Amino acid sequence: MGEDGESTKINHSFLRDYVTEADVISTVEFNQTGDLLATGDKGGRVVIFQRETESKGESEELGESGEYNVYSTFQSHEPDFDYLKSLEIEEKINKIRWLPQQNAAHFLLSTNDKTIKLWKVSERDKRPEGYNLKDEEGRIKDISTVTSLRVPVLKPTDLMVEVRPRRVFANGHTYHVNSISVNSDGETYLSADDLRINMWHLDITDRSFNIVDIKPANMEDLTEVITAAEFHPQHCHLFVYSSSKGTLRLCDMRESALCDRHSKIFEEPEDPGNRSFFSEIISSVSDVKFSHSGRYLLTRDYLTVKVWDLHMEKGPVETYQVHEYLRSRLCSLYENDCIFDKFECVWNSTDSVIMTGAYNSFFRMFDRETGRGVTLEAWRESSKPRAVLRTRRVYTGGRRRRGDVGVDSLDFTKKILHMAWHPAENIIAIAATNNLYIFQDRVKPENQCEET
Amino acid sequence: MFSKGTKRKFADGGEEISDDGLVAARVASSYSLQRQSLLDMSLIKLQLCHMLVEPNLCRSVLIANTVRQIQEEMTHDGSWHMVTEAFCGASQSPSERLVATEVLCRSREPDAEPKLFSVISYEGCREEEVVADETLCSVSVSDTVSNVCLSGRMGQRWEKSDVEREEEALEDSRLGSGDDDEEIDTEDESTPEGPKTIGQVFGTFEIKNGSPGPDSALEELFSDVDTSYYDLDTMLTGMQSAPKMGPYDLLDSLAPSHSSPSIVSTPNCRSDLNELDHIMEIIVGS
Repeated sequence: MGEDGESTKINHSFLRDYVTEADVISTVEFNQTGDLLATGDKGGRVVIFQRETESKGESEELGESGEYNVYSTFQSHEPDFDYLKSLEIEEKINKIRWLPQQNAAHFLLSTNDKTIKLWKVSERDKRPEGYNLKDEEGRIKDISTVTSLRVPVLKPTDLMVEVRPRRVFANGHTYHVNSISVNSDGETYLSADDLRINMWHLDITDRSFNIVDIKPANMEDLTEVITAAEFHPQHCHLFVYSSSKGTLRLCDMRESALCDRHSKIFEEPEDPGNRSFFSEIISSVSDVKFSHSGRYLLTRDYLTVKVWDLHMEKGPVETYQVHEYLRSRLCSLYENDCIFDKFECVWNSTDSVIMTGAYNSFFRMFDRETGRGVTLEAWRESSKPRAVLRTRRVYTGGRRRRGDVGVDSLDFTKKILHMAWHPAENIIAIAATNNLYIFQDRVKPENQCEET
Repeated sequence: MFSKGTKRKFADGGEEISDDGLVAARVASSYSLQRQSLLDMSLIKLQLCHMLVEPNLCRSVLIANTVRQIQEEMTHDGSWHMVTEAFCGASQSPSERLVATEVLCRSREPDAEPKLFSVISYEGCREEEVVADETLCSVSVSDTVSNVCLSGRMGQRWEKSDVEREEEALEDSRLGSGDDDEEIDTEDESTPEGPKTIGQVFGTFEIKNGSPGPDSALEELFSDVDTSYYDLDTMLTGMQSAPKMGPYDLLDSLAPSHSSPSIVSTPNCRSDLNELDHIMEIIVGS
C-alpha cells in the first residue's frame, strides 16, 4: 500500500477506509474452552481476547460476567516478497487455529498465504526477587558486600502476557494456504492450499508430508481447486476437503500415504432447472466444518448452507437458503466479483443451530430442528450494548413490513465472511470488516441475543 | 451491456417468420448477446493479472471454466461469433496490435501451422511475458463449423509463473537447483501445440470474414456482422467508453503501466512481426 498522508483535502470517509484497511478482520476463532478468542487481520496482526471470569456470585445477573477484553496483541506475519516470482506475499492472516491446552500456556497456529507459525501465549505474573549475586536492577553485586545467603522468592507482579513464536513452518506451499486444521491426535495438523494438502508434525518444521495433490500434470487441464479442508474431530485418520466444483472428499489416511483417491465423495447432482453459466461458480464450496459429533458436515456455497451426513454421499440431508434472492442478480455479482466471496459457516455447541454470514452486515442462523432461519444484523448503529437483537428481513415480495430491506438497497461491501461460535455456550463472534461483534445469549429463549 | 456492433440474427434463414418465431428469435438473440457479454467480461477478468500479489487461483479457475462453458455452448449452437483479439491484445503496444488485427482479419488455411498466442493466465502473468512469448493469435478453422478448433497456449501460462519467471530470474546467474518450494517443470514452451478441442484450450478469436463454409445460410448471418467494430480505433474507443464495465476502467488505468515492460519485450516482437508480414504476403498472395 502506498503512503498517502499529506493532503489535507482527503475525503474523510476515504481516509477512514484507507487507514483501517489493515484492520479488516480476516479470521476469528475461539479456543477449546471458549475463554480465549483470537482474531487475525489483513495487516498480519493477531488480537487475543479473554473472557473475564465471573467474580461475583450471581452469574445470571446482567452485565456481570463474560465480557471479552483484549488479552494480547502481536504481529504474526509480515509482508514478504517472493523473489522468484516477483510477487508480494500478503501478510493477511487467513486462518487461526488453537491447539488443545496441555499446560499453563496456550498455543495457536496462524497462517498467511505461505507460512504457518506456531505461537506460544503465556502469562507471567510473578518474578523472582532476592538474588544473591545480582541486585534488584540486575547488576552484579560486589561480592564483598554479600554477608548472608538467601533463597530468592517469587513475588507477584503485574500480569504480563508473552507471545513467542515457537515454530515456523515455511516453504511448504506453492499456492495460497486456505485452511489449517489441528488433528485430534494432538501432534499433527494439516495445511491446505489450492492444489495440495500437507500434513505436518507440530515439532518438525523442515518436513511435511503431502497427502493430497490435485495438481494436473498439464496445468491446462486444471479445472478444480481445493477450497477448504478439515480433520475429523475424533478420528485422527480422517479428513475432508472441499473443491471449487462443489464436491466434498472424505479421505482416510490409513488407506494410502497419498490420499488422492478419496474414500467417499459427496456431491449433489445438479438441478437442471436452475442451470446457468454461474452454476459452477455458485456451487463452489467456500467452507466446510465437521459437526462436533463428527457425524455431519456443514458446507457453505454461494447461496446455501448444506448439512451432509457422512453416511450418505448422494446429497445433503438439509439445505438452507441463505440469500436466494440473489440468484437473479448473479450476473452483476459476477461483474463486481462478489460472487467469489468466501463465506464461512459454523455449528453451535450442540450441532442444533448453524450460522453463516451474508451481505449488508446480515448473518443468518438456522435451527435444524424446526428448519427456520433468522436474519440478524451486526451493525453498530442499529444495536446498542445489552440491547436485544432484532431480526431483520429482506423484502422479496408479498407484504412489505416496516424495517424490511429491499434487495437493491443491500450493501455488498458490508459482508460478514468470518465468524465463530463458542464451543460450549451461546456466544458468537462476528467479524464485520474491521469490527468485532460478540453476541451472548443471556435469557433462555433462543431468539434473544445481547450485544457485548 | 451488449457488445457494440453486433447485430441481431434470426434463428431461421430468410424464410417468413411468424410472430412467435420473432419473439423466440428475439429471446434467442438477447440470450446470445448476454452470453457474449459474459464471455467478454470473463476474458477481461482473466486478463487483469497485472498485480503485485499473486491472483486468486480459485477465482481464475472458476472464470476460465465459465469461459470454456460458454465456448462449448457457442460451438454447439453453431453460433460461434469470433471476437478479435481485442481482449488479448490489450496488453500489447498499439503498433503490435495493429498488425495483429490485420492478420486476424484474414482467414487462414486450415492446415497451416498456427502461430500461437497465450491469452489466459492463471498465475500472475506479467505483461512482458505475455508478449515475449509466441507471437500472435490465430485460429485454425476447419470446414465444419461445429468443429472449430482454437489453438492456444493458455495452459502454458499457468506453468509460466512457475517456470519461466524462474528461468528469467536465473538467466544471468545460474543458481543451479532452485528453491525447494518451486517446481521446475521441463515443459518445452517453444513448440507450438497443435489445435486442440475447444473444451481444453482457449486462445484468441478471429472474425470469420466470408470464408466459404458448408452452411451458406450461416455465412449469410455472419456477413451481417459489422466488422468495423473490430477496427482498432473503434475497438479502443468502445472499450474505453463502456461505462458500466468495471474491469474496463481498471484496464485503462493499467494501460500506462504497460508501456515500460513492453519496451523490454519489443525486440522479440519486432522479429516476429517481420516474420508475420512475410507469412501474410504469402497467404494474401500480394
